[in-house]
Amino acid sequence: MLRWLIGGGREPQGLAEKSPLQTIGEEQTQNPYTELLVLKAHHDIVRFLVQLDEYRFASAGDDGIVVVWNAQTGEKLLELNGHTQKITALITFPSLEACEEKNQLILTTSADRTVILWDCDTGRQVRKVSCFQSTVKCLIVLQRLNVWLSGGNDLCVWNQKLDLLCKTSHLSDTVIFRLVAPTEESLEWNILEIKRLLDHQDNILSLVNVNDVSFVTGSHVGEMIIWDILDWTVQACECNFWDPSPQLDTQQEIKLCQKPNDISIHHFTWDEENVFAAVGRGLYVYNLHMKRVIACQKCAHDSNVLHIAKLPNRQLISCSEDGSVRIWELREKQQLAAEPVPTGFFNMWGFGRVNKQASQPVKKQQENAPPCSLELIGDLIGHSSSVEMFLYFEDHGLVTCSADHLIILWKNGERESGLRSLKLFQKLEENGDLYLAV
Amino acid sequence: MISAPDVVAFTKEEEYEEEPYNEPALPEEYSVPLFPFASQGANPWSKLSGAKFSRDFILISEFSEQVGPQPLLTIPNDTKVFGTFDLNYFSLRIMSVDYQASFVGHPPGSAYPKLNFVEDSKVVLGDSKEGAFAYVHHLTLYDLEARGFVRPFCMAYISADQHKIMQQFQELSAEFSKASECLKTGNRKAFAGELEKKLKDLDYTRTVLHTETEIQKKANDKGFYSSQAIEKANELASVEKSIIEHQDLLKQIRSYPHRKLKGSPLCSGETEHTQDQASQAATTSNPDESADPDLYTCRPAYTPKLIKAKSTKCFDKKLKTLEELCDTEYFTQTLAQLSHIEHMFRGDLCYLLTSQIDRALLKQQHITNFLFEDFAEVDDRVAEKEESAPPRPVPGRPPSRSLEECPIPQVLISVGSYKSSVESVPIKMEQELGDEYREAEVTEVSSFDPQENLDFLDTDMKGSISSGESIEVLGTEKSTPVLPKSDSQTSLTVPLSPQVVRSKAVSHRTISEDSIEVLSTCPSEALIPDDFKASYPSAINEEESYADDSEGAIHFQASVSPPELGEAEEGSLENPLSQIDSSCCIGKESDSLRVPLSTPAHTPSEQDGVVSIPPQRCMQKDQGFRVDFAVENASPSRDNSSEGFPADELDPNRLLASRDASKTSLDNCSDTTSNMSSVASTSSDRTPSSAHPTGPSSERHKKRAGQNALKFIRQYPFAHPAIYSLLSGRTLVVLGEDEAIVRKLVTALSIFVPSHSRFAKPVKHWVSSPLHIMDFQKWKLIGLQRVASPAGAGTLHALSRYSRYTSVLDLDNKALRCPLYRGTLVPRLADHRTQIKRGSTYYLHVQSMLTQLCSKAFLYAFCHHLHLPAHDKETEEVVASRQASFLKLNLGLVNEDVKVVQYLAELLKLHYTQEAPGTSHPTLRFDYVPSFLYKI
Repeated sequence: MLRWLIGGGREPQGLAEKSPLQTIGEEQTQNPYTELLVLKAHHDIVRFLVQLDEYRFASAGDDGIVVVWNAQTGEKLLELNGHTQKITALITFPSLEACEEKNQLILTTSADRTVILWDCDTGRQVRKVSCFQSTVKCLIVLQRLNVWLSGGNDLCVWNQKLDLLCKTSHLSDTVIFRLVAPTEESLEWNILEIKRLLDHQDNILSLVNVNDVSFVTGSHVGEMIIWDILDWTVQACECNFWDPSPQLDTQQEIKLCQKPNDISIHHFTWDEENVFAAVGRGLYVYNLHMKRVIACQKCAHDSNVLHIAKLPNRQLISCSEDGSVRIWELREKQQLAAEPVPTGFFNMWGFGRVNKQASQPVKKQQENAPPCSLELIGDLIGHSSSVEMFLYFEDHGLVTCSADHLIILWKNGERESGLRSLKLFQKLEENGDLYLAV
Repeated sequence: MISAPDVVAFTKEEEYEEEPYNEPALPEEYSVPLFPFASQGANPWSKLSGAKFSRDFILISEFSEQVGPQPLLTIPNDTKVFGTFDLNYFSLRIMSVDYQASFVGHPPGSAYPKLNFVEDSKVVLGDSKEGAFAYVHHLTLYDLEARGFVRPFCMAYISADQHKIMQQFQELSAEFSKASECLKTGNRKAFAGELEKKLKDLDYTRTVLHTETEIQKKANDKGFYSSQAIEKANELASVEKSIIEHQDLLKQIRSYPHRKLKGSPLCSGETEHTQDQASQAATTSNPDESADPDLYTCRPAYTPKLIKAKSTKCFDKKLKTLEELCDTEYFTQTLAQLSHIEHMFRGDLCYLLTSQIDRALLKQQHITNFLFEDFAEVDDRVAEKEESAPPRPVPGRPPSRSLEECPIPQVLISVGSYKSSVESVPIKMEQELGDEYREAEVTEVSSFDPQENLDFLDTDMKGSISSGESIEVLGTEKSTPVLPKSDSQTSLTVPLSPQVVRSKAVSHRTISEDSIEVLSTCPSEALIPDDFKASYPSAINEEESYADDSEGAIHFQASVSPPELGEAEEGSLENPLSQIDSSCCIGKESDSLRVPLSTPAHTPSEQDGVVSIPPQRCMQKDQGFRVDFAVENASPSRDNSSEGFPADELDPNRLLASRDASKTSLDNCSDTTSNMSSVASTSSDRTPSSAHPTGPSSERHKKRAGQNALKFIRQYPFAHPAIYSLLSGRTLVVLGEDEAIVRKLVTALSIFVPSHSRFAKPVKHWVSSPLHIMDFQKWKLIGLQRVASPAGAGTLHALSRYSRYTSVLDLDNKALRCPLYRGTLVPRLADHRTQIKRGSTYYLHVQSMLTQLCSKAFLYAFCHHLHLPAHDKETEEVVASRQASFLKLNLGLVNEDVKVVQYLAELLKLHYTQEAPGTSHPTLRFDYVPSFLYKI
């Protein structure tokens, strides 16, 4: 029916044959994002977004520049040039207590083996550290201790003034797990290796601190382990829970036939009771109390899910290498099974594709009976390449960054319209046009 | 764009012949005079009332002190334009009305010759035999070698349409004043340079003479002077005197601006502009305050030469040409301005008037007009104007005609009748206006002593009586069958006016320099009070040469406002004698005016002091509109139009026909299969005499776009959803293999695309690379190349990926994929059963529909209570429901029409709140709505 529009007809149908990717039509009544603004400043893949305050965010990527944006207007506020190679980590740096300057600071590190502390209000470099042996791959700030850590081939602990406090040189990436607790011993800083956790079978890709008592790790082969934070014991381990039909004997086969990428855990997010995992192309919700997966969407995207985030209103947003962003809602399941629909009738009318997707989860739910489900309520299509990361602003919408060098600001059209009206009348009032002398 | 196609219905010939007096009432500002020769089956646009020239032109003439009046140049400088028209004769005519005779020379009681800084005079005159009517702008230029240092010139705008001259008087006057100012500034500069040269010469001569005298003194020590020596001494003395005189002249010419222009009663913009100009001239030309080295210094490389005594004032010397009289730069600027004037006033009067109203109205909606107006065209016009305008002498010139500055109600009045200028009896004006005018007249009159003018008044009265003409136009408008041409010529060459009268005229001119010297339109001069007549002594004086027999001539109806003008003309044609009696004339007019738009007592109102104002005029106007709507609704294509829309559907737009005709041949896209072509071909025999004032490209573009849009609407049954997509801001991608076809359709559809700013339409005519999300933010209408090769797969893939942001029109498969449309707005805008046949008509139809839409969007966007909560506790839902009910109930929008208005309102908001409009693209707004596939 839609074949005249070649692409439009071909692509979804082809995918429908291949995998039960859930799709949503063009009618998305619950999708609030009806406005978008394309921001263009980068010349290469944009990988990182960080929120600076309630209206600003910074973006960084492979072109080595950091751009500060206004999330409301999409205005480019600053461009920070200092790195010569691609940026590998970006983090906001809490300003010093009782410090004279209240400016927002960010730390960036790059493949040029430098760490730069920026002032996001003026755009100047506050400090620069370039004594690294290897590329710093991640940055973390421990605000409680007023220190920050840089991790690469070695782990360094720095204080607020960017003095090196201590470092470990023996760390290497092959170590399965490390837990570093910088303990304060009167005067000097030191890092002691306390315990190595060797329960994972492959590279650990993600780690989150879920709450005060536990943290979660995920590995390349799809193991998720929940650890106790105090004694570092395994609280729970899920190795193959993303397999909807747990058949232990065929697990090897599945692994063989599936690319390891398909089950690697890329990202975690969490709330009080659930851990949300981006596993391969799917999304899984693991309940910490029930210690089981309560909802899953095996094929949430066409390609690997790169970043997920939980919104306050039980919504989950995921972005993927396929260039789309999807909005999910975690819903309690009212009834276990839906009536199986005779597909032939619809197929005759060309609606078979839609029906197939609907029937697939139904079957799955019947077998595994997860108590909740992830419902797709909208997708955002704008990027032409993989969406690396996104940032959610309560007031301004969603910011996505992508390998197509673009940043897109997704906004709630109705709210924006209201804001524009407000602005309009403000301007009218400023101009004195609002109250005309009668 | 606001069009006034009603005028067409009014001038439709067939209807007129069948039922001459049954036209529906028209709002007065739309009505134009009926074409007087319609009964003869003449084409109104073919050749205007037997004029010998094909179109309007500008003539510059000089009253040469050696050979008398002579034409100097015409603009456009093309013999085809004026054809067999006798320029010499007409120069004589127009120069002979230059009665101002600026007096230069030694005035009594003054030691030195004084330069008179005379104002230009502006005169309207007509020559019915020649079929020529002219706005004549007299000016004097300074020439050191000329008699009295002045050379009288005039610039005349010559047209076959006297109404055009009369009604465009204000504009013509303003524009010609600019040209004249430019020319005079250049002339003063040249004159100052000339004077300085002369002074150097004189200085040199004095030195030479002085040395010669010394030598003679030395050589001759006999104690007495030889006659030779005495002669030399005399010569020296005269040179000294001459030096002083010239220095004085130089001082005078340099101090010109101080004596100039005590605020002439022009319209406000014009006054400002003149004052600006004056002040600037003051700063640049006053040597005491700031000596501008550029303006009044002569070239440094001038070598003074000896001046022979008694070499001046010889008649066989060659006078300077106009070009030599003026600084070159200024001269070219003047010519540019004149050709600009020629360009500006080209075309039919009703077209000029409509476009003036149009532009004035557009100015009013400056907040919304960026959406659909074709600003490329307007900007072109402005730019062109700026370019052609003399930049230095006219620094603060308004970017457009002064009329555009006027607020709209004033426009509606002043289009027909200019207060205190053309019309002497403002029947359509408000009470105060009329009174004011009367007062002005009275003061003018009171400044005159009627006794002084009695003698020539008498003769003139005789003339008037004998001629029995109802209207007296200033001066030369005679040429009756009785009076042979040669007669009038000879009589004109004789200087007719006694000097007394001339000086009188000058003094009068200084009092009311801006008034037109068109006499009032008294049907019989018994009604003219003597003192009133006396206020135009010179004019009357000029009249006397032909006064004896001018019966049956075509007269100016100076005081008649446009609708009556035509009627009066009719009357005078049918029965010229009937107008001798004023009451008869009135009766006739009221007869012929079936709809009592105005009381016919326009002429007596001046005399009896009762300015008769019909206060119900507004109401009548409304009625006129309503009648018009009824007619519209009666037509089958209008059946669902509840609001009525004054577009011309009944009649092919004849006004535009003439303009379009010239371009029909150019239009390679004109569709021969469509029924428009028949109209086009019938109209093509109309001569392109009344060309349009806008650039040909834009006009042509409009017409083509309209035509192709019309074709699209007729051809595709799914045109409505496609147009809805454009109006609601959803990008429409026109997909096709053939670039020409795609481009054509994109151009056609672009008339429906709302602009984001006034700089460019968000339309991309042709793209062959895959579309990107940025493209949808930037462009709202895209022509996309369909490539059959695998390379094209990427393009289509991108298209399907972004299908939610686009509507896709596949030209090759004749299919459209876009959201559903169920509103009522687009069917009115694009009715495939429309009776409109011409592209330009349809373009205007679309423009006016969209203007209506814009006003709705404006109302919606700027209604305070719709968007802000009335109090703190009001929730967003309440506000939203208020908006919805406003859109539905107050604006009468249904279904998807709401989205169109909402989108336009968003654009308005963005445009208004943006600091620098047009700098950024607005956000891409979209809806998650399902699309449907339409296929033929």
